[in-house]
Amino acid sequence: MKPLNNILPEDDGGGRRIIGLSLGACAMFFLLLSRLWYLQVISAEDLIDQSENNRLRFVPVAAPRGAILDRNGKVLVSNTPSFSVAVIPQDVKNKEQLIDNLARYLNLDRTEIETKWNKGQGRAKYYPLVVASGITRDQMEFLEENRLALSGVNIEMKPIRAYTNGSLASHLLGYLGEVSEDELNSERYREYNAGDYIGKSGIERAWENYLHGTDGGRQIEVDARGRFLRTVAETGSSVGNTVMLTIDLDLQKAAEQALGDQAGAAVAMDVNTGEILAFVSSPDFDPANFTGRMPPEVWKKYLEDERHPLENKALKGMYPPGSTFKIITAIAGLEEGLIDEHTTIQCTGSYKFGNATFRCWDHKGHGTVDLKKSLRESCDVYYYKLAERLGVDRIAKYAKRFGLGAPLGIGLENEKGGVIPTQDWKLKRFGKKWYSGETLPVGIGQGYVLTTPVQLASMISTVANEGTILRPHLVKRVVDSDGKVLQDFAPQVLGKTGLKPATYRFVKEGLLAVVNEAHGTGGSSRLWEVKVAGKTGSSQVVKLRDSKGGVPYRFRDHALFVAFAPFEKPEIAVAVIVEHGEHGGSAAAPVAGKVLRAYFEGKGVIKKPVPKAVPKEEEGGEGVAEPDTAPPAQQ
Amino acid sequence: MFDRRLFTNFDWTLLGVVLLITAFGVINIYSASSSYREIGTPYYLKQLYWIVAGLGLCLTVCSLDYHMLEDFAYWLYGAVLILLVLVLVAGKTTMGATRWISLGFFNMQPSEPMKIVIIMTFARFFSRYPVFKGLTLKELVRPLLLLGIPAVLIMKQPDLGTAILVSLIAGSMLLFVGVRWSALATIFAAAVPTVVIAWQFLLHDYQKKRIYNFLNPDLDPLGSGYHIIQSKIAVGSGATFGKGFMQGTQSQLRFLPEQHTDFAFSVFAEEWGFLGCLLILTLYLFLILWGLGIAKKCNDRFGSLLAVGVTAMLFWHIAINMGMVIGLMPVVGVPLPFFSYGGTSMVTSMVGVGILLNISMRRFMF
Repeated sequence: MKPLNNILPEDDGGGRRIIGLSLGACAMFFLLLSRLWYLQVISAEDLIDQSENNRLRFVPVAAPRGAILDRNGKVLVSNTPSFSVAVIPQDVKNKEQLIDNLARYLNLDRTEIETKWNKGQGRAKYYPLVVASGITRDQMEFLEENRLALSGVNIEMKPIRAYTNGSLASHLLGYLGEVSEDELNSERYREYNAGDYIGKSGIERAWENYLHGTDGGRQIEVDARGRFLRTVAETGSSVGNTVMLTIDLDLQKAAEQALGDQAGAAVAMDVNTGEILAFVSSPDFDPANFTGRMPPEVWKKYLEDERHPLENKALKGMYPPGSTFKIITAIAGLEEGLIDEHTTIQCTGSYKFGNATFRCWDHKGHGTVDLKKSLRESCDVYYYKLAERLGVDRIAKYAKRFGLGAPLGIGLENEKGGVIPTQDWKLKRFGKKWYSGETLPVGIGQGYVLTTPVQLASMISTVANEGTILRPHLVKRVVDSDGKVLQDFAPQVLGKTGLKPATYRFVKEGLLAVVNEAHGTGGSSRLWEVKVAGKTGSSQVVKLRDSKGGVPYRFRDHALFVAFAPFEKPEIAVAVIVEHGEHGGSAAAPVAGKVLRAYFEGKGVIKKPVPKAVPKEEEGGEGVAEPDTAPPAQQ
Repeated sequence: MFDRRLFTNFDWTLLGVVLLITAFGVINIYSASSSYREIGTPYYLKQLYWIVAGLGLCLTVCSLDYHMLEDFAYWLYGAVLILLVLVLVAGKTTMGATRWISLGFFNMQPSEPMKIVIIMTFARFFSRYPVFKGLTLKELVRPLLLLGIPAVLIMKQPDLGTAILVSLIAGSMLLFVGVRWSALATIFAAAVPTVVIAWQFLLHDYQKKRIYNFLNPDLDPLGSGYHIIQSKIAVGSGATFGKGFMQGTQSQLRFLPEQHTDFAFSVFAEEWGFLGCLLILTLYLFLILWGLGIAKKCNDRFGSLLAVGVTAMLFWHIAINMGMVIGLMPVVGVPLPFFSYGGTSMVTSMVGVGILLNISMRRFMF
């Protein structure tokens, strides 16, 4: 007997059924073939007509970008409608003539239209190409009246950016611009079309994927010459997601006002979360100028301004941190056991090292100086000596522990990392060995040391919270158009400094003295209601023997100030740099003071504006070392 | 020891037909994707990589004796069922459908292997189940349960196309095994209320919309009707001789959606016309009849059922995809075997061919 599994199909009619299945398959293929015959032979003429006329045409409708809000939901950037002119190349009979007409009607440069036209090469010929954006209502009406001479031209409504607060936070928010040829060819902008607007800088660029909505479209019926017959169907565009920043609009305003006309940057950060509360780069620009056509004179003005309004100084400005860096040197000394809070030195106003003389900012000298006094009065000699004993590599070790010298990943493109020099670094960078005389200016934040305002804010924040390096970030959450939270950004710990608690205690006491004690250099940031601690700095721009009076603006020292408050339970850290502001105590500290005041007023801690009592300014300038070996400081 | 008869009996005809279709497919993908701004590896090249990978798998599958599959069938069935449940519990959701399990380096779609596994399961089930006068309604309960569980799980994802395919494959095997007329009549009678219930409770709105649009594409010429309208224009405007290679206006102007994947055949039809379609159709029909021939010649019931199953799988893919692009069936996102761009489809189809080759070359082994 056969085993069961060897029963042949024939046994139960398998062979017959194979024939049945084969016939079934043949029938299906015959059906498919008949249908193909019907379409390709019988209906071919009609369908060829349809394909040649391409009667159904897709007109894209740009999606409004998502709004950008401050941490409390106040609008920073929204949208407003604008009109643009698009051309469907396929429907244009005489390209040259059309370009001439458009140039004349719209009062545009001919080459400008041509350039835009050429951008669309390689795309489907029926796809609309935007040749002019932001046209006026009069221009639009004029085009409508002359439609007959403009076959292939369509007027499209596109939402454009509305900057509710003008140039406020312009560097942070960024601006939009037309997607470039290179961008179109990159993976990131694969889905974009020529004429689309994308974020070119700031949040607009970094969060492009979230802010850019999904374009919708209209299916229109056109005749063979491309003239519009009717709208067949429409799919709505879907608005981009709303990006809620960590910035506080009121604090941002206060910080911008505090900096005023001065060039520089101010960054305020939440000490416990890393959220950036204010992010100022001054001078700013009007992002609205970038939407549509920028008047050439405005562009020229931006480019020629020696204060570089288009540069994001808070993110990309690399400055010698000056005496604010003494915090790091002091920490290194304490941690390495080279000093304690009682260690004293004698400051006679200068310090001789080999053939070079390193001067203290106070030429008369500070006398006997201990740690607290060294910070309070920003004695340079104390730090020259300490730096000499530490050596550059040990200073760098602590600077790096605080996140200095590398980008912190704030979430904007092209964040700079600054420079924390080491012996290796110099060898690699310049191919030369490190001279010990170069270590002394490093101790006071000069020489090769470069940091960004964001890094300084992070550094002082880490001092304030005693050792937790939080990633400074700008986006609090992303919400979709239905109000659903897509992403919520929790504090992110980048690392711990791992220092002894006593180190922080001693340094923080020094920083408190800077602001609150007699002879402290940061008195102008003092608030009576809240204890502020901070450190001033000024950093040399160019080595000048005589920096008194008559120094041209671009050669004056930069003024810096870093601070945190309240001293007992820190909440906010601030870093301010005033380019060519000369003295941290007189130029940068008052700015920080105003920012801190605005913050605590906002929280209701400071009830009403109290007339500010500024203690007598004691300092005359600080941190200007003149060693023979000092490299030129960079701006 | 390697049996020389295996090599002598290797089914070169089958492999040849498959390779011919894949070659047409690659040429077509080259044309279909030429209007895209491509970044990185072009589609046709990626498809070639998939073909090589698929062929590797195909040859691996045919080198192992298919009788091994009989032992593994139920285990594989169980394993894929677990994966299908896992998809519903912890799957990766893309565009509203939860069909994938993320394995980090790639996303696995368990409904795809189910097409092959259901074939093995049914083959195993009926290979030990003598049927002389056709299955009665009572005898159908167990196989229908075997089919129903994965089909419902796949439908839940939702992936109507694959659920239908799995059912059609199993259904074809049932027909091959034989079902009594009385049972068939009862099933059809029961099918009517089932369809009504499924329409009410199981189908998603977008699936219903597709069916409405299939019945009347002009309802939504921009949405799901758009596919059918544009595809019909593409196919029809190809006329008898076609517009020529890379000359299809519908495809080159990108009126056709998904023109290198599910609608690849429309591009071909536009560029090569009725004569080209006739050629492809003939090749596919040959493939199907050849597959059924293998089933007929096979000496054991398991192999025979396996061959019928695999052939049914290929057949239904072809019928549904072509039916879809020429407006005979609703758009359900089923690729054309060996022709549409896509790695998963290529691998599954090649594994199927591997099984057919396997059975074909071992028909003299008893």
